[in-house]
Amino acid sequence: MRHLLSTSDLTYTQAIRILDTAQEMARISEGPVKKLPTLRGRTIVNLFFEDSTRTRISFEAAAKRLSADVINFSAKGSSASKGESLKDTAQTLQAMGADAVILRHSASGAAQRLANSHWTSGSVINAGDGTHEHPTQALLDAFTIRQHLRVGTGDLRGLTIAIVGDILHSRVARSDVHLLSLLGAQVILVAPPTLLPIGTSTWPVQMSYDFDSVLPLVDAVMMLRVQQERMSDFFFPTAREYSHYYGLNADRLKKMKPTAIIMHPGPMNRGLEITAECADSARSVILEQVTNGVSVRMAVLYLLLAGAPNEDGEITK
Amino acid sequence: MSVALPAVDIARALTRIAHEILERNGGPDSIVLMGIPTRGAFLASRLAALIAGIEGREVPVGTLDITLHRDDLRLRPLRALVPTMTPLGGIEGRNVVLVDDVLFSGRTIRAALDALGEMGRPKTVQLAALVDRGHRELPIRADYVGKNLPTSKGQAVKVHLSEIDGVDEVLVENVEV
Amino acid sequence: MTDYLLDGGVLPDGKAVQVLIKDGLISQIESVVSTLATTNLQKISINGCIVLPGFVDLHTHLREPGREDSETVESGSRAAAKGGFTAVSAMANTFPVADTAGVVEQVYALGQATGLCDVFPIGAVTQGIGGTALAELGAMADSKARVRIFSDDGNCVFDPMVMRRALEYVKKFNGVIAQHAQDPHLTKDAQMNEGLISSKLGLKGWPSVAEESIIARDVLLADHVQSRLHVCHVTSSGGVDIIRWAKARGIQVSAEVTPHHLLLTDDLAESYDPIYKVNPPLRTQRDVMALREGLADGTIDIVATDHAPHPAENKECEWQAASFGMLGLETALSIVQATMIDTSMMSWSDLAVRMSTAPARIGGYADHGQGLKIGSTAHLTIVNPTRAWKVDRDLVSSRSRNTPYHGMEFPGSVVATFYRGIPTVLDAKLVSAAHGN
Repeated sequence: MRHLLSTSDLTYTQAIRILDTAQEMARISEGPVKKLPTLRGRTIVNLFFEDSTRTRISFEAAAKRLSADVINFSAKGSSASKGESLKDTAQTLQAMGADAVILRHSASGAAQRLANSHWTSGSVINAGDGTHEHPTQALLDAFTIRQHLRVGTGDLRGLTIAIVGDILHSRVARSDVHLLSLLGAQVILVAPPTLLPIGTSTWPVQMSYDFDSVLPLVDAVMMLRVQQERMSDFFFPTAREYSHYYGLNADRLKKMKPTAIIMHPGPMNRGLEITAECADSARSVILEQVTNGVSVRMAVLYLLLAGAPNEDGEITK
Repeated sequence: MSVALPAVDIARALTRIAHEILERNGGPDSIVLMGIPTRGAFLASRLAALIAGIEGREVPVGTLDITLHRDDLRLRPLRALVPTMTPLGGIEGRNVVLVDDVLFSGRTIRAALDALGEMGRPKTVQLAALVDRGHRELPIRADYVGKNLPTSKGQAVKVHLSEIDGVDEVLVENVEV
Repeated sequence: MTDYLLDGGVLPDGKAVQVLIKDGLISQIESVVSTLATTNLQKISINGCIVLPGFVDLHTHLREPGREDSETVESGSRAAAKGGFTAVSAMANTFPVADTAGVVEQVYALGQATGLCDVFPIGAVTQGIGGTALAELGAMADSKARVRIFSDDGNCVFDPMVMRRALEYVKKFNGVIAQHAQDPHLTKDAQMNEGLISSKLGLKGWPSVAEESIIARDVLLADHVQSRLHVCHVTSSGGVDIIRWAKARGIQVSAEVTPHHLLLTDDLAESYDPIYKVNPPLRTQRDVMALREGLADGTIDIVATDHAPHPAENKECEWQAASFGMLGLETALSIVQATMIDTSMMSWSDLAVRMSTAPARIGGYADHGQGLKIGSTAHLTIVNPTRAWKVDRDLVSSRSRNTPYHGMEFPGSVVATFYRGIPTVLDAKLVSAAHGN
């Protein structure tokens, strides 16, 4: 593995290896000394063309716990006309000797574009590209589900997971669909028809417009952020109507299995897709997702950067 | 390829080490055994069983993956992590005995000392190795040695243990240059 | 003036002939021409090559004035000659927009000065291609450029009342409105064909219906006001069906398809390489097959390149930030041969109609598209159907390099082009002396 661009590039073995490695990283993060020398002397660039403080600090914490040098590069504007181009920025970072670039970008495919270009020779980690993918978020979701429902080992076979909300614009949903199905879970997408992409019938998922009928079936429910501006694009009539049909509230919580967990990639719109009492309930693992994000990103950095560069990128022991 | 240490000698060496560990530490109370995967972990379990046989009491055993602390990560293909198992009661204030199969350059032990530091602060750290083949590159020595095996750098020492290799033996091979 | 005897040629119907070009006109086409005493005759052997009437492109972006960094009338003329074209129609979306007699006369004059092919300017339908106020269509029609095709290409003439009035107004001089059919509301920020691939890639979808709904509206408007509509770059099977229906009803509609829409599909976007980003977008294999059938049965009248040069920086970036468009002039013949002739969907005679006769008729370019008529101006394109070649973006004649075909191999090529009886291309190379009138 040289880059992490999409969960659809991952094999089952690679996915399990990332989760297992993250498990070890989590153990270390719980210990008295949280710092490892593993990536000493490596330079990692957080290249953020789009604001995301949460993701940036999670990657930064992960890199620092592995003793890598971290450069934060916030570059607003995404085209030649709007400022420095991705190409120029990447070449600048290459000239500074970056071993890895963690890229957040509003354009779908930006990470793949960078990885396939000759603009940088380092590893590229996709930290969210437009409405395409956000692979480390999906990995931390899978990790969190595994911790809670599969005692931290193996895969997710036999579990049913609902992803609810704005699937159309969600990079998290795309990454989750690939990864959770790869790990054997049954994914159900729940959304109004306007927020489901064309052709989801060919995806390895079930679909439903009816949240209430899905609730009793699921082991985990993942609530997606709904952006207010979607209303002006006619995706749904009002916030109130959206919440009425697709918001997670106390009544819906009662319809879930007692063991089922509540997830959200953050940041939440409390009162829109999730009520405060659900977000803060004992069933919510939303804060654990944040904690696990660091472990998963440490694992990814370790697996991409620790070994000598090799052609096939396969692990040896 | 020659057998440097047959099964019977391995068993005898381990029994002797078990006695030496008890003697040095004045009994089993403060001892924690930490095996370095893969084969060091099996040796630590065997030593624990021998000590239990002698004293009639169990000593805590753990394993310590040192991969994240290695200084040669960039020189080799990527290694998978092996789970580290913290021994019952931890290592704080204990006499920790690191257990490995072969002591060579000393770099593994250097990494293990760092890895231990992440887990806590032991009273003492001691080292038991089944084979010491020489050629140290760091100021490290073993407290307990099963067998000193003079080798040249062009030779490879292979430890086989019944738990994973189906047989107990230590081999010395001449590696082609 | 040099006269030329083309020896060993083959007509589109397969007949072996010699062609004599005398005084810039097609003088004789016979098995063996009777050699007339000419003072300055050059014999050119075109063994087994097909003799076709010079190609006419109704949809070319030459970028001049305003974006001479990507193309000029001169560099575009070279690319056109190389591709076998003897006339191209320069789109109006330049800076300034070709919406006045002054700009169209300037572009026309630049083409004549270059002298490698005729450059016929297309006039904007609305001022500044803004879609709200009609440009001075009559003045452009009456100018030296004699504009007959009007288009806001790049933008759709979306306001139905503006479209209606434009269609009506151009009847005065037998003009035609070439519509870029794209509903702007259905394609806001759109990046690629809406379908399985766009959903997977998270790129904003551009549904076929955004094109089809405008085509449907416009054929009905053209019917109502009894005027001529030309549909630019049809891309979808639904669009072909609507045009087929309209023609059956007797509506005066013509349509074009680009070489890239005959060949490429939306799955190429999976690379996120914006070399495949084009407006209108690449569609599915099903659409490609419908377009080929439409071109074969005449529902789609012509092939037009939509040659759209862009400088490197507009393509060496993220997909969303990149410009729409790809080069087309130099590869058009090869792609049409590969997709239509070599698949037995069309004959060489059909190709001559789709790439010369029909576009010249739609554009009112009287000197072009005369077929191989004796006495007509010698605009000729000579094609070697078995001379395979590999596209190399570093060897294009265009000033830009944004060809999606880099590294692809095609079965045949243009080996010679005659414009007004003068060779602009020989041995598949530009003739450097062929300049100026």
